[in-house]
Amino acid sequence: MNIWTKSLAGATMAVTLSFTSGMAIAETPANMLVIANRIDDIKSMDPAQSFEFAGSDVNQNVYSKLVNFDPLDYDKGYVPDLAESWVVSEDGMSITFTMRDGVMFQSGNPVTADDAAWSLRRAVILNKTPAFILTQFGFTPENVNETITVDGNTLTIKTDKRYATSFLLNCLTATIGSVVDMKTAMANEVDGDMGNAWLNTNTAGSGAYSLVSWKPNDSVTLQAFPGYYGGAPAMERVIVRHVAESASQRLLLEAGDIDVARNLNPEDVAGARNASGIKIHEELKGRLMYMGLNQTHPILSKPEVRQAFKYLIDYEGMQNSFLNGQWATHQNFLPKTYLGASTENPFSLNIEKAKELLAAAGVENLEVEIGVREAQERIEMAQSFQNTAAQAGVKVNITVGTGSQILDRYRARELDLSLESWGPDYPDPQTNAGTFAYNPDNSFEAQGTGYLAWRLAWDTSEFNPMVEAAVQEVDTEKRIAMYNDIQAKFRDESPFVMMFQQSEQLGIRDNVMNFTTGQAISSADYSKVTK
Amino acid sequence: MALADNNGGAQGRAPLPKWLTGTVKTLGSIAVTMLGLVFITFIIGRVMPIDPVLAIVGERATKASYDAVYLQLGLDKPLIVQFFYYVRDVAQGNFGMSLLNARPVAEDIARVFPATLELASLGVIFGVVLGVPLGVVAAVRKGSWIDQVARVLALVGYSMPIFWLGLMGLLVFYGMLGWVGGPGRVGIFYEDVVPTVTGMLLVDSIIDGNWTVFKDAFSHIILPASLLGYYSLAYISRMTRSFMLEQLSAEYITTARVKGMSEWDVVWKHAFRNIRVQLITVIALSYAGLLEGSVLTEIIFSWPGIGSYITTALLAADMNAVLGGTVVVGLIFILLNIASDLLYKVFDPRAR
Repeated sequence: MNIWTKSLAGATMAVTLSFTSGMAIAETPANMLVIANRIDDIKSMDPAQSFEFAGSDVNQNVYSKLVNFDPLDYDKGYVPDLAESWVVSEDGMSITFTMRDGVMFQSGNPVTADDAAWSLRRAVILNKTPAFILTQFGFTPENVNETITVDGNTLTIKTDKRYATSFLLNCLTATIGSVVDMKTAMANEVDGDMGNAWLNTNTAGSGAYSLVSWKPNDSVTLQAFPGYYGGAPAMERVIVRHVAESASQRLLLEAGDIDVARNLNPEDVAGARNASGIKIHEELKGRLMYMGLNQTHPILSKPEVRQAFKYLIDYEGMQNSFLNGQWATHQNFLPKTYLGASTENPFSLNIEKAKELLAAAGVENLEVEIGVREAQERIEMAQSFQNTAAQAGVKVNITVGTGSQILDRYRARELDLSLESWGPDYPDPQTNAGTFAYNPDNSFEAQGTGYLAWRLAWDTSEFNPMVEAAVQEVDTEKRIAMYNDIQAKFRDESPFVMMFQQSEQLGIRDNVMNFTTGQAISSADYSKVTK
Repeated sequence: MALADNNGGAQGRAPLPKWLTGTVKTLGSIAVTMLGLVFITFIIGRVMPIDPVLAIVGERATKASYDAVYLQLGLDKPLIVQFFYYVRDVAQGNFGMSLLNARPVAEDIARVFPATLELASLGVIFGVVLGVPLGVVAAVRKGSWIDQVARVLALVGYSMPIFWLGLMGLLVFYGMLGWVGGPGRVGIFYEDVVPTVTGMLLVDSIIDGNWTVFKDAFSHIILPASLLGYYSLAYISRMTRSFMLEQLSAEYITTARVKGMSEWDVVWKHAFRNIRVQLITVIALSYAGLLEGSVLTEIIFSWPGIGSYITTALLAADMNAVLGGTVVVGLIFILLNIASDLLYKVFDPRAR
């Protein structure tokens, strides 16, 4: 019996090892980029619908836009892409783009002004989630044929009022500004959907890469487009694999099976930093972490209480412990690197000051509920706040739920406090000013859930005209000054406790050059990557 | 006259064949069970405090976008009407579109389930091939060092977190020794190399005659399958030991030994023969558990199986995907139960 069992085990091991032992650890080829990332948020590849991080990464590489960013120099701001130049009308309400000649889609069709106009009109007509980025300029399904027009090789966009030119152009760098191959998309139209169902899983762009396959929760494979007008990229194939676990990403990176690990936690970053052949690359992202105080709460709506809570956060302690390297203290609603972003951080943990403010407001034995999504770092943030708040006599009850559960309650104004994060939609200050400090109708019936200020039931009537003026100011220096004023007032008065700005730490094989996640203003770009 | 005719007709009607009535009963039982499963899952999905519309449109959506999707999903209709439509579609093999990735749920399941089936099958084979003999030996040599080892193995298997064990396995066998492939079903060079026939890479590579892909896929599956197999082994070996101890203490075993029968024959031809039916239940349960998808194993090994599919869908409020996945898992349980019943009849004449 023993012999039989041993023989069985031995045979199993022998078979196993014959297949696995002696296998060389693979290294990615010189013309291939392999990335480990969490890509389970991709809902659609259609640029009129896509609004998630991993999906935006794909679209950034597959589609070109009228204007875009230079992945080697984001500080330059928007630069010409498919539009080689543009002219702004005297009244500031129209911009006319001249299209670049000789650019081809991956299908072989030429890129024309008609394609660009159709893509923008289509996004407005389909009215999917990101459509507001365009419709905020007054475009409607009914007027797009008059407001977005073509004349030969030029495309003219007419807005409903005067806006800062930078505002419109920045918005056109968003995913929804992608120029789609009209002929290919319309050849796949079903029931008047303008190719939406087909483009959900296929692409029709003129960018540096074409989509080979997208397997949800598994992988995305891109193939270099040799006819790309900007020059064929060095990485002929890009594979993005869904690897959810940080430790697994690190193992793959250290083994040389991937080139980039995008979701390393602080422990794995520290470990990978000491590994040979790996470098840690850091980029400031646009995502902000904040705590919102519900203004329907009779106590939380008191100005002194709003101030007190800003002194009850241990910014430095969290930043230097469990948030190490991933989030940095930032107490303004504009992320650093954005036009007009303030770097003032006047608040620090000060229990005595908070107690004074609470006493001045006549607050005693306050007990509040904070809603937190079930992510480790957020739970730790909430626990840190629970601890510091307790020292000032405030009892905080933590409610943990899935993202959807917490978001539903937040949008319904049900939570006393919400620990949330927010990422900008497009690289212009209006994206955050228009939601943190703007709320045109604070009534519950208005259901302005798209405005963060509405979710907190905060009446921003003093801020609204300031935000509206800033977005129309064509003088950039004046515009910067206006946003600085808004942020200073916001820091002082708002029920938002702005806490941190995200910094993405990537593990990259040291032979990979020019990889970027798009910093705070764009998405990952693989077109300039070399090895 | 009419009465006589009726009686005559009744007497003349041949009884339905036993196999036919059995089949009808089985199918009826499957239909009722599935309907109940769909109903409960559907109701749970609807009463959960998650807004499926918000899951699709995102938190930035305008009210107009939100309302359009709300109507598109049919959420304005009464619950019973929604349920009726859902059952009608499921009966036609249509689980609807995934709310999150805009693909048919049936297509998603056809992609993720073979990955789980392949992993679970290999895992349960490990569990049975090693666990049953180990359990038998442990019972025969009760109290010996082999029995102690089997106990420790089972104890560790029951108590060790699979998350930790999986990461340690990856660290040692992939990261340090390089004996096995890393996370994922196959190396990047072999993605989409063999045509998809069954969706199980090992099988498809055999069908394609591509042994390079087979070796690579095997090197990726061996570790997670061994891990699952170990947990399966722990359960199967303990149950086998328990069943065998009961049989070995029975009088007929003593009689067989007194008659001078060899120990091999006593153990395998008498005692083991009598535990086969119980073992089938244990193995079927273990297999069904693995087929549900071991979520943590799938996450650690980046294995795109049905467990992580359902979990991701649940957390993202993609109720079409959750319902579709749950129905498939429920169907598997039912089919395994039927298979167990059939095997009972093969091994135990009293059950026929």
